[in-house]
Amino acid sequence: MPALPLDKAGIYVAAAYVVFLVLVVAYVSIMARHVAKVRRDLDELAADREPR
Amino acid sequence: MTSINKHLGAAAAAALGTAYGLVFFYAPNEADQGFVQKIFYLHVPLGIVTLCGFVAAGVMGMKFLRTGDRRWDLRCYVTIHLSLILAVGVLATGSIWARASWGHWWVWSEPMLVSFLIVFLLYACYQPLRFAIDDPDRQARAACTFAVIAAAFVPFNFAAVRMANAVTHPRVLGATGGQMPGSMRLTFLACLGAMTLLYLSLWRLEVDRKTAAIRLRALRRSREPEPARAAEPMLPISRPPVAAAGS
Repeated sequence: MPALPLDKAGIYVAAAYVVFLVLVVAYVSIMARHVAKVRRDLDELAADREPR
Repeated sequence: MTSINKHLGAAAAAALGTAYGLVFFYAPNEADQGFVQKIFYLHVPLGIVTLCGFVAAGVMGMKFLRTGDRRWDLRCYVTIHLSLILAVGVLATGSIWARASWGHWWVWSEPMLVSFLIVFLLYACYQPLRFAIDDPDRQARAACTFAVIAAAFVPFNFAAVRMANAVTHPRVLGATGGQMPGSMRLTFLACLGAMTLLYLSLWRLEVDRKTAAIRLRALRRSREPEPARAAEPMLPISRPPVAAAGS
């Protein structure tokens, strides 16, 4: 197949990079949500341990 | 997040920024494919890092089987999980590139594509297999045995594909280095290094997250009264509780 013109090729290149970016951002945001939950649970546990 | 994770994350972001800056502002357009070939700098490093991750998971599985140290099982689990997610990226970017260069989203007669799909589907069985076993010790042993056997399959599969006749997919990595000019090779190596750093930073993030969750669970259990304690799995069992018959 002959090389695609820049306007058409650009869409494919952008699509590939956007897919990768979305994958990484989704992964990092899920991990960040889990880390926040662990932190919240740790704070709760620490608050329970404090003498009343 | 520990400071090592922060530094690793910052290094990965900087390396990715530099590498993809080189892709778009330094590396020349390829004579045959033109601008579409820029996908190569994303797709190939992603594929290499993913396959190396699967092999590394096998080594970690072997470490667990030899030592019985549950940390190796955890590392093996995280490595396969991360590689599987990145494999989705390899398949998606490859498919987009195939559509742009060959006019098809997928070519079933091409050994490289089909073999990667087989590897992906093989590792997609890891989690269902793992969480089908309730006993934590048996679960870890079975999962690590799977990881070792599957990891042995990856280089074997790769070698078989190299020996097969290429139909449409090019064979980039060889003694001639794909006959890339220096600027393209430098850009490719920068992308490979950046992708490796990204993999390492994501891996550390997940390992630390899971380790913290396990410690938290242990802390909670230590505060429970003695009879309530039961054998604790290293990783959570994701299956929902089964409702009692007739309920």
